[in-house]
Amino acid sequence: MSIPEGATARVLASEIRSGARSARTVLEEHLVAIDAREGEINAFNLVLVNEARAAADAVDIRVAAGEDPGPLAGVPVALKDNMCTRGVPTTCSSRILEGWRPPYDATVVERLVAAGAVVVGKTNLDEFAMGSSTENSAFGVTRNPLDPTKVPGGSSGGSAAAVAAGFTPLALGSDTGGSIRQPAALCGVVGVKPTYGAVSRYGLVAFASSLDQIGPFSRTVADSALMLEVIGGHDRRDSTSIPEPAPDLSSVLDHGVEGLRVGIIEELSGDGLEGIADDVQARLHEAVAALEAAGATVASTSVPSTVYGLSAYYVVAPAEASSNLARYDGVRFGLRVDALNAGDMNTATRTAGFGDEVKRRIMLGTYALSAGYYDAYYGKSQKVRTLILEDFARAYEEFDLLLSPTAPTTAFPIGEKTADPMTMYLNDVCTIPSNLAGHPSMSVPFGVGEDGMPIGVQVLAPAFGEPTMFRAAKVLEAAAPDGHPAVGGTMVGSPTGVRHE
Amino acid sequence: MTDRISKEDVAHVADLARLNLTEEELEAFTGQLADVLDHAADLAALDLVDVEPMTNPLPMRNVLRPDVVGETSDRAEVLACAPSVEDEQFRVPPVLGESP
Amino acid sequence: MSDDATTEIVPGWETVIGLEVHAELATATKLFSDAPNRFGGEPNTNVDPVSLGLPGSLPVLNEQAVELAIRVGLSLHCRVQRSVFARKNYFYPDMPKDFQISQYDLPINEEGWMELADGRRVGIERAHLEEDTGKSTHVGGGGRIHEAGHSLVDYNRAGVPLIEIVGAPDLRCAEDARAYVSELRSILVAIGASDGKMEEGSMRVDCNVSVRPVGDAELGTRCEIKNINSLRSLGRAIVYESRRQVDLITAGERVEQQTRHWNEDEGRTHKLRSKEEAYDYRYFPEPDLVPVDPSEEWIESVRAALPVLPRERRHRLAEAAGVDTATASLTVERGMDDLAVDAIGAGADPTRVLVHVENNLADGAGALTAASFAALVAMEVGGDLTATQAKTVLATLVAGGGDPAAVAADLGFEAMDDAALESVVDDLIAAHPEDWAAFTSGDDKERKKKSGFFVGKVMKATSGQADGRAVNEILARRAGA
Ligand SMILES: [Mg+2]
Ligand SMILES: [Zn+2]
Repeated sequence: MSIPEGATARVLASEIRSGARSARTVLEEHLVAIDAREGEINAFNLVLVNEARAAADAVDIRVAAGEDPGPLAGVPVALKDNMCTRGVPTTCSSRILEGWRPPYDATVVERLVAAGAVVVGKTNLDEFAMGSSTENSAFGVTRNPLDPTKVPGGSSGGSAAAVAAGFTPLALGSDTGGSIRQPAALCGVVGVKPTYGAVSRYGLVAFASSLDQIGPFSRTVADSALMLEVIGGHDRRDSTSIPEPAPDLSSVLDHGVEGLRVGIIEELSGDGLEGIADDVQARLHEAVAALEAAGATVASTSVPSTVYGLSAYYVVAPAEASSNLARYDGVRFGLRVDALNAGDMNTATRTAGFGDEVKRRIMLGTYALSAGYYDAYYGKSQKVRTLILEDFARAYEEFDLLLSPTAPTTAFPIGEKTADPMTMYLNDVCTIPSNLAGHPSMSVPFGVGEDGMPIGVQVLAPAFGEPTMFRAAKVLEAAAPDGHPAVGGTMVGSPTGVRHE
Repeated sequence: MTDRISKEDVAHVADLARLNLTEEELEAFTGQLADVLDHAADLAALDLVDVEPMTNPLPMRNVLRPDVVGETSDRAEVLACAPSVEDEQFRVPPVLGESP
Repeated sequence: MSDDATTEIVPGWETVIGLEVHAELATATKLFSDAPNRFGGEPNTNVDPVSLGLPGSLPVLNEQAVELAIRVGLSLHCRVQRSVFARKNYFYPDMPKDFQISQYDLPINEEGWMELADGRRVGIERAHLEEDTGKSTHVGGGGRIHEAGHSLVDYNRAGVPLIEIVGAPDLRCAEDARAYVSELRSILVAIGASDGKMEEGSMRVDCNVSVRPVGDAELGTRCEIKNINSLRSLGRAIVYESRRQVDLITAGERVEQQTRHWNEDEGRTHKLRSKEEAYDYRYFPEPDLVPVDPSEEWIESVRAALPVLPRERRHRLAEAAGVDTATASLTVERGMDDLAVDAIGAGADPTRVLVHVENNLADGAGALTAASFAALVAMEVGGDLTATQAKTVLATLVAGGGDPAAVAADLGFEAMDDAALESVVDDLIAAHPEDWAAFTSGDDKERKKKSGFFVGKVMKATSGQADGRAVNEILARRAGA
């Protein structure tokens, strides 16, 4: 492994806190990197150059005054553009929110700022987080920094690309059915979906409320742990927030996996699932070997009802979305297309403001909830979630962690799957079960595929199992095959000279 | 599970969701929604009579807030986001019909 | 509810009425956010991201709203239970999220009853929590919703906690419906759940009406009437709607299930929408909230803190006074039942007590105590004060308190002894022989007329100190002698 220590959030923060480097210098280096490649990648909807400079300077003033700006002092971060930032446009990559400046900050934003982080920009996403490729954006596609002809995955493709391209060492994404983990895998970075309720959703523009979770992107497992410690913990403004402080991950990171029992989910891996590419399967087997070598026992196991996950997800998520997205009616904020009466104005606004994928899901969800269909679709899908939860509970009686590929394939070419929504939806088959169950899981880069593009391994844990999950992720990170593209390719060797000694 | 979704169903649903579809869109969306719903047909075979539906991943209850007044939004900031404002209120075209 | 034929609005037809009452709960903050729950005020000032339904905002339930809902449930003899919030989806500009957070299949209160003043019980199907909407004002086009112009929306009211109380279709006439609403309002006010002000919109009534031939068991097709803003409108709307439905049926047509709007100026209802046009609300459990499952301890502590409710107070007074609950209800409504019960307990004549409360204490009891009230009634019954004098003394006691005997003495209300009164009467008989002849020899009517004449003369001569009954007795004795 060749991750340059100086590039990680941990090292940057400690250097800035100690006064060894200034937050402003660190920021400027990252702005240079953004300047060099953002035109090609389109990771951001908005880069906050002036605001970021002011924030970095404020950090430096505090350091000079002998204060401690916090664990993320001066660390540049990128926010998926579905998190509210006071006075700063928040678009969800949708025309319907174009120009909207929220009058409040999301809880995660407050916490990042309080920890000294410097918000550099708002990243591109599939409109309202609906998609797996960041092609459904009103503001253009985001390209994979490792191969700009390929997608970065989605829906948090902008955040994944920002970290992979070295624009920021940390970024936040949101994950409803895999929207952090799948782009993390496709861009060769670490991506974490925490336990449902571990991170406040207050200020995250809702897609599917019972599935949405905010989580970190980073180049290293330790950085994701650090970021999660900052953003996690109870928030009284979110009724579904776990009433506990964020778990301490940093102190257990290096505890290894000796004696841990790890199960490979048959239904989501290789033989059990059509569509998992051979190279993805091969890397998964190497990951298993690495965990065994580190002292874990690994065996195959069945979580049978996960095969219904995709079906249940594509009922539940659209159903909740159809309701969550009703408020985009042209009355209080965002786009309005005028008409002779209020109802027609609603319709004209929504018709012009939403893209096709959003319309598709709104209609799907409206249908699934409508009179006569509720029991067959929504009711049944919510019951399937109970089955999946029960199956996971049984598996976790035998295993501490479960393992699967994150995505069925490496990054695919831009445009390849846009014509057929169902094909696109199959990208999420491995990631969806964790959302349905509310369990944590994360994607760790583990080598590359035949095309040289990164492959991720997904580590799954039971609710509140983040500490164990991070231990395994750390072992996998250390054992990952050479040629880690995100670090070796772009970040360190970038022509912009953004590197730290 | 149910009959395949029809163009009329999609038109009705678009109406409920306040979306206007062109004839071509209606055609395309009907096929795409049918594909997704076909995939969901595997749920039909499941016997789930005795299974409780999950509404929340975590078994929490009684999350309550004390009845204490907090900060209100700055009106100017809120109204600045609105497409149309008159007399410190949100202005909309005439509303037909009454609230349900 | 009653098979009393006099309740029929249209002879031969029975009207079946069920009411849905929305009452704003008297909390400090909104149902799901800490913005103030305040009536009126500058538009869009009592708002925050949650009550504006801004993207990313999330609801957090107000504990006091739940407590008040439990009070309502217990007062209406409901089962208080685990409940789940649901989203009711429909588009409307004054509904910020374009869905209302309400309760659907699992309301916090279910299956209770309420007793009307006359002792009859009305079923309560449920009493659930939900959030209020903002307020739209139509501007231009004559101020009417269906004419051109535009609307302005103020979200100060959006998110105010409501309790929706759904009554069973147990009511049969306009008086029943008004009695139901009055009783419900008394309870809500008594338990501090709501100020119950219909005129300010903090209590709103929707009314379901159907008709059927007297004796039919099957319910007719119902219509729901909205926009009823007063008890008077409620009664008028029920009468209008009953006649409309009977007219339709007797003309060979059918009643269509509709939502209708009451127009107070025109005195009629008109169609808003038919059943076919009814909204498909697509209810589903609200994923941003968790279930509310009040503990036994919580419910019992709320129960223990409840005040004595109007029903119990009516029963207590009725028992103390030896009357029925309907007779006792006005005194309870005026909040003077404690005074009345205590006065009766101190030995006062119950009938005189209730008569005074009804006729002479409409503006309150002021400084009047139960003991002085009882003493006053005793003087009156004992003949020491005439009814007119008692009323005057009572007014003085209400205004400034004091001892009734001393007040009466101050006012110069000395009891006249019988001999003095008799001599006054005899003098008047002598002075008016023709009237006296008419009194002694006339028919009943004439006799009554002349008795009034003599009582009036006596009152004048004694400056009102005479007791009218005593004068009549003397007249009767003289006539018979
Ligand atoms: Mg109702
Ligand atoms: Zn209601």
